[in-house]
Amino acid sequence: MSTHTLAVLAENKPGVLSHIAGLFSRRAFNISSLAVGPTQDERVSRFTIVVDGASTPVDQVCKQLEKLVRVLKVVELSEGGAVERELALIKVRVDPAVRGQLLEVAGVFGASVVDMSPTTLVLEAVSSPAKLDALLAMLDSYGTCELVRTGRIALARGAGVITDDGPASTAFPEPAETAA
Amino acid sequence: MQELTGAQALVRSLEQQGVEVVFGLPGGTILPTYDPLLSSSLRHVLVRHEQGAGHAAEGYAWATGRPGVCMATSGPGATNLVTALSDAYMDSVPMVAITGQVGTSLIGSDAFQEADITGITLPITKHSELVTDVARIPAAIAEAFHVATTGRPGPVLIDVPKDVQQATGPWSWPPVMDLPGYQVPGPPSPTAIRAAAALLVRARRPVLYVGGGVIKSDSHADLLRLAELCQAPVTTTLMARGAFPDAHPLALGMPGMHGTYPAVAALQEADLVVALGARFDDRVTGRLADFAPRATIVHADIDPAEVGKNRAADVAIIGDLRLTMAALADAVAAALPDGAALPDGAALPGGAAGRRATAGTADWLAVLASWKRQFPLRYTQDSDGPLKPQYVTERLSALTGGEAIIVAGVGQHQMHAAQHYSFTRPRSWINSGGAGTMGFAVPAAMGAQVGRPGELVVAIDGDGCFQMTAQELATCAIEKIPIKVLIFNNGFLGMVRQWQELFYDERYSSVELGTAIPDYVKLAEAYGCVGLRCERPDEVDTVLDKALARTDVPVVVDFRTHDREGVFPMVPAGRANDEIVLGPEFSADEQRAATRREMEI
Repeated sequence: MSTHTLAVLAENKPGVLSHIAGLFSRRAFNISSLAVGPTQDERVSRFTIVVDGASTPVDQVCKQLEKLVRVLKVVELSEGGAVERELALIKVRVDPAVRGQLLEVAGVFGASVVDMSPTTLVLEAVSSPAKLDALLAMLDSYGTCELVRTGRIALARGAGVITDDGPASTAFPEPAETAA
Repeated sequence: MQELTGAQALVRSLEQQGVEVVFGLPGGTILPTYDPLLSSSLRHVLVRHEQGAGHAAEGYAWATGRPGVCMATSGPGATNLVTALSDAYMDSVPMVAITGQVGTSLIGSDAFQEADITGITLPITKHSELVTDVARIPAAIAEAFHVATTGRPGPVLIDVPKDVQQATGPWSWPPVMDLPGYQVPGPPSPTAIRAAAALLVRARRPVLYVGGGVIKSDSHADLLRLAELCQAPVTTTLMARGAFPDAHPLALGMPGMHGTYPAVAALQEADLVVALGARFDDRVTGRLADFAPRATIVHADIDPAEVGKNRAADVAIIGDLRLTMAALADAVAAALPDGAALPDGAALPGGAAGRRATAGTADWLAVLASWKRQFPLRYTQDSDGPLKPQYVTERLSALTGGEAIIVAGVGQHQMHAAQHYSFTRPRSWINSGGAGTMGFAVPAAMGAQVGRPGELVVAIDGDGCFQMTAQELATCAIEKIPIKVLIFNNGFLGMVRQWQELFYDERYSSVELGTAIPDYVKLAEAYGCVGLRCERPDEVDTVLDKALARTDVPVVVDFRTHDREGVFPMVPAGRANDEIVLGPEFSADEQRAATRREMEI
């Protein structure tokens, strides 16, 4: 599955989420993951939207998103060029006899224990989506009884900064000059 | 600073925007605004159904190029606008809809006549806003008009709760617009223009595929210049009828499902298709994979999302189409070997001679001319046989010199009108293209006539369509809006009947309306209009003369047309345009010749 991660800056106004979600629904685009929150500028929200490139024309998604009046900027983050994170809280049923073993697994994945009962543990894991998937696969053998997972958030690596000004992100390549 | 109520600010904002007419119908939550409306400079046309207000605003916008405005109350008033908003969205019609909403404290409580109209219309408006602060009204209205009329035009809905209309707030004009995310495409890239011009000059089988954008951007003059400079044939889509004169030698007529054979076949054989403000709609392309298979594609549009959406573009020109067309014509003139010597594109003759020096398209135009001769739009009107809709349209075209403003609904009558009326100028053809809204014609004609009061506005309507919005005849009669409505009354939902004939083994399911009920002449008279009837070919001119002569009252003519008449040519839905069916007026040999399409270029 070829996933594409979009960083979308939008005005922090009522109805913006439904405009964006409505666009995906109306145009039959599939959202794999969506996360939204405020930015350092209180007037601006940042959406991180993951779409599956196989089922959804990503170029169209970007162009249609940019047409929304409340959307300020759409940038596709290049694969590997961005730090991507998801947060999961996982309640695992665990026999005291294997608790130590489970804590070791958690430690390997950098997950921390945030709650404990005689029969369960709650783990908090923040990591890249792939690593998180690997942890969840490991935990399955112990008995995951409740899982809550956020949408992905992502930030481009390096010194470059996505701001809400400047040119639109979807530009057409200039055609090559041809002799008449 | 002056203080006004929200209602006063709303009305004054409309005045400041230069609005001259509002189509609407009052109700509970919009009552505060109807009070200052009474003493404003705005004309309010009281419709009989809010859908009529919406389509009238559209017709006004189509006919004038200025945004149409409609107004309704909350709940059912607002939901009755939904069809018109959807229609305007599909056809990029600039329109501002203003709806009342229940008081802010009641929103979400299932209050009387409450509907989440911004939510309902979200996918069918260019933008919408629920205004919750009285101080924002001037800016919200100014932004609505800006968004509706710039870039790719479209409908904008402004929903104003009753208490916001009643509250008092500061008034100032012009307000500061707050649209940081809204960008209007500007001039096209010169590189793209040069690339397109180079292709046009070299092409041996070019076609200019002209869409509604050319009319909306008022770039028909540059279209004529470009076509004549390149000696390139022009096909005008259903949205673009009138953008190029049908009588011009380079005109091919309409492309698509019911397009002319020369237009459809030219696109299939073209080596270069230059799409100008068109969007490769499925009704034009037929099966997309088989559309214009040999063509390099130049696609010019103001909406970047349309370019590459359906068909990949080899050269994309994004920007204001008016600037694009002017730049493209200039670039072609400069690129032509003898271009510098041409003082004015219009000085070139319409035929192939003007371009002969630069070679190129003469052979292509000769092929197209032979297709026009062999495979014209054909129908048979027996002098004593049943009345044919094509004949009525052609007589109307002749009697009006192609100068009337024609408004159509959706169905067979619409296609016959688009095919057989010979258009001479832009903004003289108004119809529901993308949405295909039956019932569009009468209210849209009303809006068009209000926008262009001195002109002849003729609605060509089907009997099925007519009955969906006929109540606006009352509005027309009372407001002295003298539209002419020609009903092609074949007693059927004709286009549906045609599909059942062709694709459902002639099993006619729920398509017969009957010709006699209602009695359209009596109905017209009941609405205070003149009612006429025409049943025979030899009466057509007399009846049309009589109808067109009345400029004081609306006129309805009940043309009893042949119920078996189909619309041809036809490309069956989902099929390739190469499978175009000429129809029963052509012999099997002719159909074979059309399919084989022998040509040597």
